[in-house]
Amino acid sequence: MAEKFVYVTYIRTTPEKLWSALTEPKFTRSYWCETWHDTDWKPGSSWKLMIPDGRVGDAGEVLEIDRPRRLVLKWRNEFLPDMREEGYSRCTFDIEQANGAVKLTVTHEIDKPRSKFLQSVSAGWPAILASLKSLLETGDALEQTKHWPKGM
Amino acid sequence: MDAVFKALADPTRRRLLDRLFAGNGQTLGALCAEARMSRQAVAKHLALLEAANLVATQRRGREKLHFLNPVPINEIAERWIGKYERHRVRALADLKKNLEGKSDG
Repeated sequence: MAEKFVYVTYIRTTPEKLWSALTEPKFTRSYWCETWHDTDWKPGSSWKLMIPDGRVGDAGEVLEIDRPRRLVLKWRNEFLPDMREEGYSRCTFDIEQANGAVKLTVTHEIDKPRSKFLQSVSAGWPAILASLKSLLETGDALEQTKHWPKGM
Repeated sequence: MDAVFKALADPTRRRLLDRLFAGNGQTLGALCAEARMSRQAVAKHLALLEAANLVATQRRGREKLHFLNPVPINEIAERWIGKYERHRVRALADLKKNLEGKSDG
């Protein structure tokens, strides 16, 4: 059986601004533990999430992209061997207008029961999404996700 | 935020969240099976949890799957836990858990 997590947050912003915050390094570095995307954002292009010290954190492919509505990434952990060997997961970002706010749904799934990788990313998503919301609504990300965890 | 507190104030709804924490992506039928209350009552509790954004739903064919969405809880925690206190609070929570042998029910 596949494993799947679904995260939803409502943010007072516009779909375009949310899209920029999700994809552009100058934003991701401030709320997503200093990581940044290395990709040209074209369907079929390679995608990497870079760790600030230069390592590749996660990598895969842009499966689907429809700015500013939907982004689907093929996603595998690269820097932790036991997670890497679980293979590829799939992460979908859906953006919709909802009563004056923007609804962001992040769906992360993998075709592997009791996936350690999915347990691990799913522990991180709530904090990263809360931080993204804080950044867009107040101009400041949450302390919790401002820096790459020491020793990781 | 009021909606989140209201939703969490009820033990039945907290139990539903526990069930989703144990097994994410369940149908109404699956959640009813152990709940010992009517399907309508469970559906009503789930609707309230969804309105508070503590539960996210997705369609799979004719079924609706329910997922625990902890993002609002994280937002609440961040509101009052300052940047310097977080590690201390976590250490205390771990200590409480170890001493009591289980987490809050």
